[in-house]
Amino acid sequence: MHCSSCVVRVELALRMTPGVVSAHANLGPNAVDIEYQPEKVDFDAIRKAITSAGYRVAEPKIDSTSEVLDPAEAANEEEYRGLMWKFWFAAAISIPVMVLSYPDLIPGLRDWMPMGSETRRTVWSLLGVLSLPVMVWAGSQFFIGMWDALRHRAANMHTLIAIGISAAYAYSVVAVAWPGLFPNMALAEVFWDVTDVVVALVVLGLALEIKAKGRTSQAIKKLIGLQAKIARVIRDGKESDIAVEEVLVDDVVIVRPGEKIPVDGKVIAGSSAVDESMITGESMPIEKQVGDEVIGGTLNKTGSFRFTATKVGKDTALATIIRMVKDAQGSKAPIQRVVDTVSGYFVPAVMILAVLAFVAWYNFGPEPRVIYATVIFVTTLIIACPCALGLATPTSLMVGIGKGAENGILIRSGDALQASEKLNTIILDKTGTITKGEPALTDVVVTAGFDEPSVLRLTASLERGSEHPLGEAIVKGAAARNLTLADAEAFVAIPGLGVSGRIDGHDVLFGNAKLMRDRNITIDMLQADWERLAGEGKTPMYVAIDGKAGGLVAVADTVKPDSKAAIAVLKGLGIEVVMLTGDNERTGRAIAREVGIDRVLAEVLPNDKAHEVQKLQLEGRSVGMVGDGVNDAPALAQADVGFAIGTGTDVAIEASDVTLIKGSLIGVVTAIEISRATMRNVRQNLVGAFGYNSLGIPVAMGVLYPFIGLLLSPLIAAAAMAFSSVTVVTNANRLRFFKSRRAGS
Amino acid sequence: MTPDRWIVTVTGLALIAFIVWFFWLKRSTGFRATETSGGYQEAMILVKGGYTPDTIIVRSGRPVRLNFRREETASCSDKVIFADFQKSADLPTGQTVAVELLPKEPGEFGFACPMGMFRGRLIVE
Repeated sequence: MHCSSCVVRVELALRMTPGVVSAHANLGPNAVDIEYQPEKVDFDAIRKAITSAGYRVAEPKIDSTSEVLDPAEAANEEEYRGLMWKFWFAAAISIPVMVLSYPDLIPGLRDWMPMGSETRRTVWSLLGVLSLPVMVWAGSQFFIGMWDALRHRAANMHTLIAIGISAAYAYSVVAVAWPGLFPNMALAEVFWDVTDVVVALVVLGLALEIKAKGRTSQAIKKLIGLQAKIARVIRDGKESDIAVEEVLVDDVVIVRPGEKIPVDGKVIAGSSAVDESMITGESMPIEKQVGDEVIGGTLNKTGSFRFTATKVGKDTALATIIRMVKDAQGSKAPIQRVVDTVSGYFVPAVMILAVLAFVAWYNFGPEPRVIYATVIFVTTLIIACPCALGLATPTSLMVGIGKGAENGILIRSGDALQASEKLNTIILDKTGTITKGEPALTDVVVTAGFDEPSVLRLTASLERGSEHPLGEAIVKGAAARNLTLADAEAFVAIPGLGVSGRIDGHDVLFGNAKLMRDRNITIDMLQADWERLAGEGKTPMYVAIDGKAGGLVAVADTVKPDSKAAIAVLKGLGIEVVMLTGDNERTGRAIAREVGIDRVLAEVLPNDKAHEVQKLQLEGRSVGMVGDGVNDAPALAQADVGFAIGTGTDVAIEASDVTLIKGSLIGVVTAIEISRATMRNVRQNLVGAFGYNSLGIPVAMGVLYPFIGLLLSPLIAAAAMAFSSVTVVTNANRLRFFKSRRAGS
Repeated sequence: MTPDRWIVTVTGLALIAFIVWFFWLKRSTGFRATETSGGYQEAMILVKGGYTPDTIIVRSGRPVRLNFRREETASCSDKVIFADFQKSADLPTGQTVAVELLPKEPGEFGFACPMGMFRGRLIVE
């Protein structure tokens, strides 16, 4: 759309389409907002209406995730095949050219084409003709790449290879066409083998690199592949299969056993077990019942159910994850900035070194000087590998961040990854991070004459009438022990003290010590148990039955099953673990003891959490903060790395650097392990790439020749160069086999 | 020193001087992004051997839309990264891909391919 009349035309065409309620076109983003009745009109009809008005509907770029990578992959595949053709062609020609270029080394050939003979000149001319297509066709990308870069006054790998192979070719042409220019016949040598072999090897290296680079994006391809294509929805009372893109919020979707859940939503009927491992990393199937959230892209296992769609299209958890991972994979780690500075100067610097080497060997080298100088000039250009430097960080990052996503860990950027590696202190928020964040029944203590099930049954029956969260925990606890509850009569809630009522003919009283004293009930024998439970951070309450103390029922926010193990592993990684809580010291200490934390910061008001993080940072520590993304947002932002513990579909937590989709602390361990493994991999790659270049280039320049007589052949240089970048990418791919130590144990 | 050595030495030094001047002492004049009626500052950037234009001048506080069109198949340039904005985009060959940014502060921000061989600058005034 170019002008306001286009806007009018598009809007008109759409409004005339039956089923379209309204259409507002917008010139800026070239977009139309359409409100439509999905039962009357679908995307195809809308597309047709726009096309009939004379406009084209652009395919969505980011939203429809399945189409993003395919064209790029197809292009890569085509590029790979093209390069392999060029490789085989160059390799096939290289062999005869190599043999015939060194007739003096092969007895039969030496006699057939002696030095200076017409036969030798003719054969060599033929080799030049054979090598021409190798250079101009198989090596065409080097010249095109050089030319495109030169127009920007820039230089790259192509520049180096193009100059190298054309210098070798040009020298050979002069040697064959005008041998008289050389003072000595021995100097009139040809280097067509250099041109051919270098082209063959470097092209092969490029092809292998494309293959290996394709594997680095495997994780995101897997995520994209999770997207369901079809959804079965109920519209106008009928079941119909529609494309997943057409599912709207509030649609009722039906899922049968073995099917993928198409979008995010809430179960309204039926129940099932759902395998969410692909999103959360949680290997056990999750039971889903009415009211539970389901995540699009996960796999329904056992039952069928219906759910209402809550998030569709680009808003689903899966689409958000894909977007976040792609953004993160495209980001740069701070370590990369050093490399960027170097690679900005690298190629011209290599060219200068090659010229210097030529001049030095021409002036001071042994005879035949011109040959030595030329060969060394070519070798220096060819051995240098800017690609290995450039690939070192991004490929490792790509694999590392992808690996995180596979484990339900979303690392937001290269910065976050690099910062996670350096963490030496982790602050854990207590409620909801170490603990489940909701109270649960933990202990039942009974006095003589009473038994545990009946005390609990009576208490739970009484509490069923109350709406207190602690009461709910007791009712749940009783249900978990298969107790059948009775109805309470004469239920009374006594504010600040407790509750009372009559159950199965028993007078039951449940509350604190004051309530018991008010009713003249002796509770001295329970005092010790009360102290003990309170010391463990629990909330014990007294039960009296028919005017006699029956026992204590305690509830507490319980620790998540794997918190203790995760904290132990963190300590094993050399990280100090600190607990932060708004609760009192005693409760905080009790939980800390249970999970093995030594340092507790208790009674911290929500607003002061960020301040506590800062205080630890001022001690010179690198601090990671783990909390929920909502209440702890300022503290997460203040920390060097903020880990948000998310659950289910709520993955887009902005304040965090790392989001743990599965609400377990093991995720923190895995995230740190992944960051360490990735950064180690980056360093290996950088050391390898820098080391390769800083050793290879001087050796190619002949620095070692005066000492040990070592000179590199340009053929060896080409092989080294081609495989240095492949090695870097392959090393990055090793990260794909990363296994968390914790997961392995 | 023999004359041929003189010639080689002088030519070599001249070549080095040329390389330094040609590759390192360039100053590109910036391209000012055009403002569209939608309030965007837009520029079209061709990706072929480098970014053309490679220096884009925009004003701060207004959204910027850079339309990248990649017309080569070398895999190095298949992505563009704006490290300072934490943004990146895949650039399939032959397609125009828009990258939208909101520069809040004046300054010079680089963009590059993942390997840093192609570089451009976004100058925010």
